[in-house]
Amino acid sequence: MNPPQHPFSVRPGAVHHREQPVFWLFRVATYFILACGAAVFLNIVVKGAGTVFKTEAPFINTTFLTEAPESLYIFEWEGKKMEMGDREFRAFKEQNPAAAKVKAESFVYSAGGIWPCIVGTVLLVVGSMTIALALGVCAAIYLNEYARDGAFIRFVRLAILNLAGVPSIVFGLFGFGMFVIFFGWNVSLLAGWFTLAFMVLPVVITASEESLKAVPKGFREGSLALGATKWQTIRKNVLPYALPGILTSSILGIARVAGETAPIMFTAAYVVRDKLPWEVEQLGDFFFQGVMALPYHIYVVSSKIPQNEYTERVQYGTAFVFLVIVALIATVSILLRNRLRNRYRW
Amino acid sequence: MESPSTASPTDRDKAANSSVRMGTASLPAGTDPSAPRSPASRTLIDIEHLDFFYGQTQALNDISLKIQDHKVTAFIGPSGCGKSTLLRCFNRMNDLIDGTRVPRGTIKIHGVDIYQPDVDVIELRKRVGMVFQKSNPFPKSIYENITYGLRLHGKTEKSKLDEIVEKSLRGAALWDEVKDRLHANGLGLSGGQQQRLCIARAIAVEPEVILMDEPCSALDPVATAKIEELIQELRSRFSIVIVTHNMQQAARVSDRTAFFYLGRLIEYADTRDIFTNPANPQTEAYVSGRFG
Repeated sequence: MNPPQHPFSVRPGAVHHREQPVFWLFRVATYFILACGAAVFLNIVVKGAGTVFKTEAPFINTTFLTEAPESLYIFEWEGKKMEMGDREFRAFKEQNPAAAKVKAESFVYSAGGIWPCIVGTVLLVVGSMTIALALGVCAAIYLNEYARDGAFIRFVRLAILNLAGVPSIVFGLFGFGMFVIFFGWNVSLLAGWFTLAFMVLPVVITASEESLKAVPKGFREGSLALGATKWQTIRKNVLPYALPGILTSSILGIARVAGETAPIMFTAAYVVRDKLPWEVEQLGDFFFQGVMALPYHIYVVSSKIPQNEYTERVQYGTAFVFLVIVALIATVSILLRNRLRNRYRW
Repeated sequence: MESPSTASPTDRDKAANSSVRMGTASLPAGTDPSAPRSPASRTLIDIEHLDFFYGQTQALNDISLKIQDHKVTAFIGPSGCGKSTLLRCFNRMNDLIDGTRVPRGTIKIHGVDIYQPDVDVIELRKRVGMVFQKSNPFPKSIYENITYGLRLHGKTEKSKLDEIVEKSLRGAALWDEVKDRLHANGLGLSGGQQQRLCIARAIAVEPEVILMDEPCSALDPVATAKIEELIQELRSRFSIVIVTHNMQQAARVSDRTAFFYLGRLIEYADTRDIFTNPANPQTEAYVSGRFG
């Protein structure tokens, strides 16, 4: 081998040989994850779009989005194969008495729509995030602004972090024992709200504390030096600046709250309910009713009923709508966050 | 660190010595001779035998000095000498730090010991304003920055607020630069303007004393000169205590100068005497630039 031509010429050695493989390892790992995510997402979108969208106007399957689930009836009528939902089939039989004798195959939940599940999920998300934010921000303010750092506070922080690692089914069982049975709230929105809220509290508290820490100490000192009390300082000169960060973390919380099935299956979710949540006799009943929810509906139609090509439509359609709704709620939160962030910038 | 009980007697001698000098005060450096000044200066802040601890570390050791009303008093000394700690005792900002305590000594403002339990820190801080080393305008509009303190204390009348905003900004020599953008974010100002905004914010609540903790240490010479000019204007309305690393600054702006070293007050006298004829060899070594 020729001696080096100049001081910076490449010398043969192991360091250079390792460079390329290492670079490829990282690149392949990243693209592999991306490919997996894309495969799942596209699968749901492609298969779900068939249920949610139609080829003729108005292009959206409004029945699927605005009706409750029904059984699907399939039968032969005058040589044609007919597909009808429960109510439609009954009306059809009244019009054509001969149809009463027709032998129809029925498939549960495969007709109608998922409107009650959409409503239930939105209610669960809004309620539990409200509770989680209220409790979480208070706890974070206490831990970060008021509590003196000591062994006990460190222990509390550790406990909160550990709570984040508890499996969601355990939160479900806790909610069942605590809210459903001990408090006697039965399977209800309220029980679901609190169970879900407790599940995301660790995330909200930790993130809120980080956001509060990120507010420069000078803002607090400047305010206190003008004769503000501690609470005035926090309310006017710390919390407003920390809110965008707190909201950012809650956006992750929203996805988790909306998606979890285990915590609500014992506490809030019904397999099927024919009334919508606002069809209650008095306002108080609103909080003590169970609701249908999208993740639980997916679970039911995917594993609790006989599978066939008709249930598959509902499964993918529901999953698709679910993704869209989580994305919508997250978008609203991001817009709200951005508005706040633009107001206070430092 | 020495224990408080063995506080050196020389410091007390110093304090006595300086009060003797105070009686025969010639014209302080940096003062316009024609400016009307009260002949006999009253004591505003009276510190006696003050010890101060951060946990186990003693930061101030037997400090005694009298800060006079309507004068500019400068605290000088090398880093860690305790001058900022002492300044932050005057509005009890040290309370915010865990583990600080004042086991001995008193700080009296208008004869009231401000470390007594019945003192309302809120009232104290209204009367003793502070400007920090790192300018800290709030991420709000200039207008809201000035009115922040006023709103805290219940002033919400729009016309009154407008008036005070203008007066404070004029007082901080900032009005002409920002009068057209009062509702722009205070953080959009330059470093020197931000610091003057903080001064305006402090004077808006009409304190008696303004504590300045190295207000120019992050500023360029032009901005520094403006702040110094401002201090000259503010001296007629407020008592000012300024901590500075810049000895020329102390010489330029202050009437009285206190030199601290390792948590002790070494010398406290008229600024001119400190810089031209220091009584203590350590002071002389410091102001002539031989250490620190």
